[in-house]
Amino acid sequence: MSRKRRLHWYVLGIFIIVFIVVVISQVGFSLSQLVETGILAMTPLALAAVGECLNEQAGTVNVGIEGIFLITAVSGVYWAEVFNSGLYGLLLGSLTGGLIGLVLGLTCIYGKADQVIAGMGLNIMGLGLNPFLLLAIWALPGIHIFSRDLMIQPAQLGTESGHFDISPVTIAAIIVAVLAYLLLNRTLLGTRIRAAGENPIALDVAGVSVARVRLLMCIVGGVLAGLGGAFMPLGWFGGVTKDISAGRGFIALAAVVFAGLDPLLALAAAFIFGFSEGLAFTVVVAPGVKEIVPFYFVQMIPYVVTLLILTAAIGGKRFPRALGKPYVRE
Amino acid sequence: MSLRLVGSLGRSALESGIAIVLGLTVGALLMLAFGYNPIRAYVALFAGAFGTSSGILESLAFATPLMATAITFAVGVRASLFNIGAEGQMYLGAIGATIIGGTVFLPPGVHLVAATACGMIFGALWALPAAILKIWRGVHEVVSTIMLNWIAFWFATFLVRTYLGDPERAERAIPAMATARYQVIGETLTTVIVAVLLFCIITTIVLWRTGIGFELRLVGDNPDAAKYAGVSISRAILVSFLVGGLAAGLAGASQVLGRPPSWTLYATLGNILNLGFDGIGVALIGRNHPIGGVAASIFYGGLLNGGRYMEYNVGVSSELVMAINGIIVIALAIPEILTIVRRRRQR
Repeated sequence: MSRKRRLHWYVLGIFIIVFIVVVISQVGFSLSQLVETGILAMTPLALAAVGECLNEQAGTVNVGIEGIFLITAVSGVYWAEVFNSGLYGLLLGSLTGGLIGLVLGLTCIYGKADQVIAGMGLNIMGLGLNPFLLLAIWALPGIHIFSRDLMIQPAQLGTESGHFDISPVTIAAIIVAVLAYLLLNRTLLGTRIRAAGENPIALDVAGVSVARVRLLMCIVGGVLAGLGGAFMPLGWFGGVTKDISAGRGFIALAAVVFAGLDPLLALAAAFIFGFSEGLAFTVVVAPGVKEIVPFYFVQMIPYVVTLLILTAAIGGKRFPRALGKPYVRE
Repeated sequence: MSLRLVGSLGRSALESGIAIVLGLTVGALLMLAFGYNPIRAYVALFAGAFGTSSGILESLAFATPLMATAITFAVGVRASLFNIGAEGQMYLGAIGATIIGGTVFLPPGVHLVAATACGMIFGALWALPAAILKIWRGVHEVVSTIMLNWIAFWFATFLVRTYLGDPERAERAIPAMATARYQVIGETLTTVIVAVLLFCIITTIVLWRTGIGFELRLVGDNPDAAKYAGVSISRAILVSFLVGGLAAGLAGASQVLGRPPSWTLYATLGNILNLGFDGIGVALIGRNHPIGGVAASIFYGGLLNGGRYMEYNVGVSSELVMAINGIIVIALAIPEILTIVRRRRQR
């Protein structure tokens, strides 16, 4: 599918969103709440998806985003409590993510590990490590609620009559997506990243270390996923639980595939997926609806939307030729 | 030939062994980092799992569903698929078994077979969307199966909370009737392990002794050769997903029809949660072979069983076992782990 046809899907997606927004405002739901929740849900998806775009452009796949989310959510809250600052929590959560990205990168690049299996191992590790850490750190099984003071305070936009909250991390995510786009398309490093994924032999011949470029992107991908993971408790939920990411790591992967590794399109995809989650949250609490539609079906919305969009829009996209293959010099 | 087979078997076992040691070592380091005593923890774990005859029976009960979910992943890998949908297919399998086992009256014997079959069919049906999306639209199975897992989670929870709920106890589904229960061997181990082992043997025969099994493995080993030989890749994918779905459905059914004392599904799905994901690691330790998976299941079932003693005696979360499993999987992803270890030793 050409970029133009993919654009049609985005136009259609945005049209559907506008339609839903109009319907919802007619029925009398809180519109600002819907959009606020939507962009909150978008933030971790966008951060992780943009990081993964860079990672995959350089030729390594990380399917372990879910695992990074699960671990850095705990790590972010832990460090936030140690330093008594939500900001430090975000920073050290990202650092944890970067460290995980580094280890996974070393395993895949120098150990020539099967990237999908290694990433899945990371997911399984996260599923176990998250409850282990919850119990080891706070002696509580499954959940930890931290002090409200550690929450990252949102910025308020708009007039006093109808203000609109937006988290600084959300703004950061949008900036990061733009920067990633510029990095890939306007800089020398970007050319090298794309070469590492497309034609690693040429990059090697040009005297640039394929392994180093890939490893760097693994770390960047890990840092961004880690920021997303730490954001979930510190900027959104106000607590960390056993199943905190609930498949979001895989929804971020879906956004990456849907975007064909373009960071800006990944941001747009993250918005669509996040919006569907915001919709689920809004509908759950809406009077009149929760009596008719069981809560359980509303909970399925983000996953169904992800499946549907992926089904409708996939195909014909070009991925880097050396994606997923370890580079071996001949 | 047989000598080479033994050699490769030995190499596989050795590689799995190295990965297991690595996993347990990292687990020990984690415990040290958080102030637990790893030696006491592991002693509690292994003594609890394999130290007594009742412990061994219980470990086998834990191993039973894993033998089946390991097949789901292994059959996927054999056709070069990354089917991680065992989790959701297993939920639906448990639902299918509950529907027949808990709400329909049938004569003994027939009831058991019908409930098991219904669970397996439900599992296969839940695998179907992922297979169709893969064949029809090329949707990658990692994403589609995870989405289906979550949809299955909410769907199964909905059913247990509503139509299939136990009228006397809100937190669980209707238990399987006496006519739909496998016989208890000892502790929570039942004859369902025989059904699962039978399924493992049948899968092995299908994979290595039939035409469709050969085609499936050919697609996995060498898709170009398969295409050249006129093998239908779509059919191989479909068969792989369906066999995997049957296996996962059996795993879910086994926990309803063959696991005392509850004989049912909890509304949180807590008594079957993560059995599908555990199967991924088990399949890899068993080198994606159904019989290797049986051996790996007994090992990992022991970890799951012993993990409870570790939590009770030393206070370490039993879910550390899952983190160890993850590390084992990462280690097994490295193809030359044996060579790397050997080189280190020579140095």
